[in-house]
Amino acid sequence: MTKSININSIAQRESALILENEKICLEVKNLNLSYGDKQALKNIDMRIPEKRVTAYIGPSGCGKSTLLRCFNRMNDLVDSVKIQGEILLDGQNIFDNSVNVADLRRRVGMVFQKPNPFPKSIYENVAYGLRIQGIKNRRILDEVVEKSLKGAALWDEVKDRLRDNALGLSGGQQQRLVIARAIAIEPEVLLLDEPASALDPISTLKIEELINELKSDYTIIIVTHNMQQAARVSDYTAFMYLGELIEFGETSTLFTNPSKKQTEDYITGRYG
Amino acid sequence: MQEALIEQHISAKFNKELRELRNQVLKMGGLVEEQLTKAITALINLNDELAREVYSNDYKINALEVEIDDESTRILALRQPTASDLRLVMAVVKTIPDLERIGDQAERIAQMALKIPSDKGGKYFFAIRHLGEQVQTMLHNSLDAFARLDIETALQVMHQESKVDQECDTIGRQLMTYMMEDPRNIPIILNIMWSTRALERVAAHSRNICEYLIYFVKGKDVRHISLEQAEEQARQAR
Repeated sequence: MTKSININSIAQRESALILENEKICLEVKNLNLSYGDKQALKNIDMRIPEKRVTAYIGPSGCGKSTLLRCFNRMNDLVDSVKIQGEILLDGQNIFDNSVNVADLRRRVGMVFQKPNPFPKSIYENVAYGLRIQGIKNRRILDEVVEKSLKGAALWDEVKDRLRDNALGLSGGQQQRLVIARAIAIEPEVLLLDEPASALDPISTLKIEELINELKSDYTIIIVTHNMQQAARVSDYTAFMYLGELIEFGETSTLFTNPSKKQTEDYITGRYG
Repeated sequence: MQEALIEQHISAKFNKELRELRNQVLKMGGLVEEQLTKAITALINLNDELAREVYSNDYKINALEVEIDDESTRILALRQPTASDLRLVMAVVKTIPDLERIGDQAERIAQMALKIPSDKGGKYFFAIRHLGEQVQTMLHNSLDAFARLDIETALQVMHQESKVDQECDTIGRQLMTYMMEDPRNIPIILNIMWSTRALERVAAHSRNICEYLIYFVKGKDVRHISLEQAEEQARQAR
């Protein structure tokens, strides 16, 4: 236990140094999470810079998706979950009783591994979030749908068939549609959980290009098993192992000269 | 411990590829070392036969350079190496041109040996004999360091290089005096001066190889900084 605290305090100091010139969007403070008896996250301390892409890498079961799901409290839906610690979004603890979870999820959008468009038209998929908020004005809806689809680099491909069913789109298009749906409500943070793992290489590149464009407006956090993808799209990378944050650093440094042996072993494909 | 920098990948084939890549570099290094030794011996003893042998063997080094380059490109494309694996491939890609140029310098020295008539030379060679030995040791040690991933030896080589530089200056002055003594010997002495210059280049290339090695092992780029700074960086714990 003492050891893990040490690791984290070192990681914390390093991350403070690395993020010196960045504005901080999310701050994780001594976060512990367990599913029943199984501890999935151990003493996580880290800060996520605003309008940057932060990638989480690590082997299956290391807790990266669990941590990602903490950022918009998706873990609340799991019965046996126990969470201790804080996550500050713009200074406010998201686990605080006063926080409205629906409001939090509006501010922190999420895109999953498998595209999950609603069985509705392309237009309605994107307009959905706004309709829920009670916006009925046709002009506003049209504008937001167009802007979001353009933002998700999908507009040119679907502008003539906005009324078609979204399920008729290809996998890559569906994933970009889901991203359009997420950005339609203008969140501050976008959580991407393996957004390209079910896509072909060309669609993957389109999503990566999109992430690069989106980061000028949103803070993006991505979980990926594809390390080359993390290396290509992210500004910062965090390596997690067995529920602990082992190393956090600038992506270019982490992939050429990691400071921890565990990180090195993982990214070079050695026995851990 | 250092072997861990190359071995222990989950993919045994990748282990083998990296091992072979490094062995190819060592093989190329061995060839280059042999060429340099023969060239220096040929010059000091004015042995034309040996000089011609050096001349005719240079193609082997060039062929290895191309072969290792190809293999490195293949590894980069297929394996997309990261961290120490990436640094190894980069170090190899940077090392082999230096080795190839050492080969060229050996060829140049052999050429000088062929140009000097066998009854001349004499006392002039005394000056570069010691330099030749020093440079041979430097090259040997830099390859040895590469084989053992030995940072301390690499740093020693880098230290030696500044001594070699000084010695080259001294030899230059000495040869100048000989030229003034008897201008008829200027053509021969000029050849020896060129050889001195070639040896000085070999020392610089050996130092480069050590710098790449430090980059591979420690992840620190020690080019273009003072020797003291390089030492400090290289000795920092990873």
